[in-house]
Amino acid sequence: MEERAMIELDGLKKYFSISKGLVKKTKSYVKAVDDITMTINEGEIVGLVGESGSGKTTLARTLLSLTKMTGGDVYIDGVNLAKATKADMKKLHTDIAVVFQDPASNLNPRQTVESSIMRPMIVHGASKAEARQKAKEVLELVKMDERYLDSYPHQLSGGQLQRIAIARALALNPKIMILDEPTSALDISVQAQILNLLLDLQETLHLTYLVITHDLNVIKYLSDKIAVMYLGKLVEFGPTAEVANNPKHPYTWGLMSSAPILDPTLRDREKQLLSGDPGSLIKIGNGCRFCDRCQYATEECKNSQPETEEVSQGHQVACFHPLHI
Amino acid sequence: MSEELLRLENLSIDYKVKEGYLSAVKDVNFSINKGEIFAVVGESGCGKSTVAHSIMNLLPGGNETITGKVIFKGRDLREVTEKEMEKIRGKEIGMIFQNPLDSLNPVYTVGSQVAEAIELDKVDKTEAWNRVVELFKDVKMPDAEERAKSFPHELSGGMRQRVMIAMMISRNPELLIADEPTTALDVTIEAQILAIIKALKEQFNTAVMLITHNFGLVAEVADKIGVMYAGEMVETGDVFEIFKNPVHPYTRLLMAALPRKTKNEGRLQTIEGNVPRITEKKPGCRFANRCPYATEKCKTEDPPMVMVGEDHMVRCHEIGKEEK
Repeated sequence: MEERAMIELDGLKKYFSISKGLVKKTKSYVKAVDDITMTINEGEIVGLVGESGSGKTTLARTLLSLTKMTGGDVYIDGVNLAKATKADMKKLHTDIAVVFQDPASNLNPRQTVESSIMRPMIVHGASKAEARQKAKEVLELVKMDERYLDSYPHQLSGGQLQRIAIARALALNPKIMILDEPTSALDISVQAQILNLLLDLQETLHLTYLVITHDLNVIKYLSDKIAVMYLGKLVEFGPTAEVANNPKHPYTWGLMSSAPILDPTLRDREKQLLSGDPGSLIKIGNGCRFCDRCQYATEECKNSQPETEEVSQGHQVACFHPLHI
Repeated sequence: MSEELLRLENLSIDYKVKEGYLSAVKDVNFSINKGEIFAVVGESGCGKSTVAHSIMNLLPGGNETITGKVIFKGRDLREVTEKEMEKIRGKEIGMIFQNPLDSLNPVYTVGSQVAEAIELDKVDKTEAWNRVVELFKDVKMPDAEERAKSFPHELSGGMRQRVMIAMMISRNPELLIADEPTTALDVTIEAQILAIIKALKEQFNTAVMLITHNFGLVAEVADKIGVMYAGEMVETGDVFEIFKNPVHPYTRLLMAALPRKTKNEGRLQTIEGNVPRITEKKPGCRFANRCPYATEKCKTEDPPMVMVGEDHMVRCHEIGKEEK
């Protein structure tokens, strides 16, 4: 099957400026997303992992055009986000949908499930009758009974709310879904239901997913590819099995071996415990952002930024000293 | 055979609510030996935190009824006075919570807060401070001396949790109750905190009651595990045994619901239905309405605790039958 790029990032940057002082303004930047280049193909599930503050959510918000990028190019289904016309934007907003972590805070507590699902369709010009019909259809897609249309969010459980949030995201027939910690707030048995549902939907509707999570077990189950971010940089990107079992970047290795494995017989495996904290985006030097925590760091790492290189088919790493494990 | 430290006997906790009565915990039995990490796992609302709080006598009081025994070093903690309990808290049983910021005073330095705990044992100020720095080094705090002079807001989440652990071990309790200690932390920091908890066990023979919903943590550090469902402890036993050979239908389904494979190997197991809210006093297995093996008996009679292996107990009618 021919691979078609659905999301293309080319040197994407998002900086937040911080000003100090009233009179003499010194400007510095928080480089939340810094020079990220990656391609997500149609029908792929890409897992985006990284610690808090690594820029995962900022990246997602930029894709959703909820925040303006500072530099670089984003192409969504071939359309350049920076040069999009009003008509393009309207199409983009239907092409790309989002589901957030906490479903309760994303649904209006005063509105019924039906009107929450209908809302985006009406905004995009559907008639009430059409929207109502479609609301029933999407609810069926997420395997919920029609009778929930008249419920209010407080009457539903966490798992049901997450289904509603997914249903609403599907209402405009998106091509891409961004899932920001879709199961973090859920219990294991409910998490399993939502993960199964997401996979079923992806197969039947041929969607492209970008899944943001810190749960590496979920990512290993769900995704085709894994992208690892560290302090605003994309340090590694490649097929799930490659990145999980054969990581090339020392940070990925540390992350993968820190993650608890759901099997007690593997508890004595060789672990690469990372020392220190993720650090701060405000105080970053010129070198590799991971160099302070990296046991392989050399002078070169402290003074210059590593370029992203392809180590094998579709597996890219930004490191001067990629691992050979 | 290692020495028993804590034993819960038929612990039940009921709350008075609008509908009249809510059974949060029912007939929980388990024991923790010295130097053992016992993980209590279960989904939200299963009563795991309630059990932990009741051990420390920290439940709000007023509208709950507690029955059963909490035997710590041969003494029933349900019988001791509040004054004696104050001496046990911190000194003999320490506790850390999910969010360390809730447990730290924002207007005092973290070092002085840890020193305060040490001074309770009639240690003078300079010595207490030196001990604080030592403890901070024990919990692998970077720049221990400097950090002791920091305020809570100046520290990262992982460092704050280290402060809490330092405060706990300052008085060398024999039992540490850790309620979701790493849930708010990133995985790399979580791994560091787990390493500290493991080291505590090895160095000081501290027993740990680890309360979590994260089976990954359990697999990494626990010796024994107790699985709770809707207020009942449905299965207890050795962690290797339960991961390999879960017996209770709930544990079996839960283990199969864990994402331990890739999507190409098939979908995950799900459990139909919802956790019941127990507001009526009537016998029967609480998992019966979701259990694929449930019979009439399960709905009308309380299941017995059945021993299925060494130290491996299961609360189930059907299993009992199989074994006989």
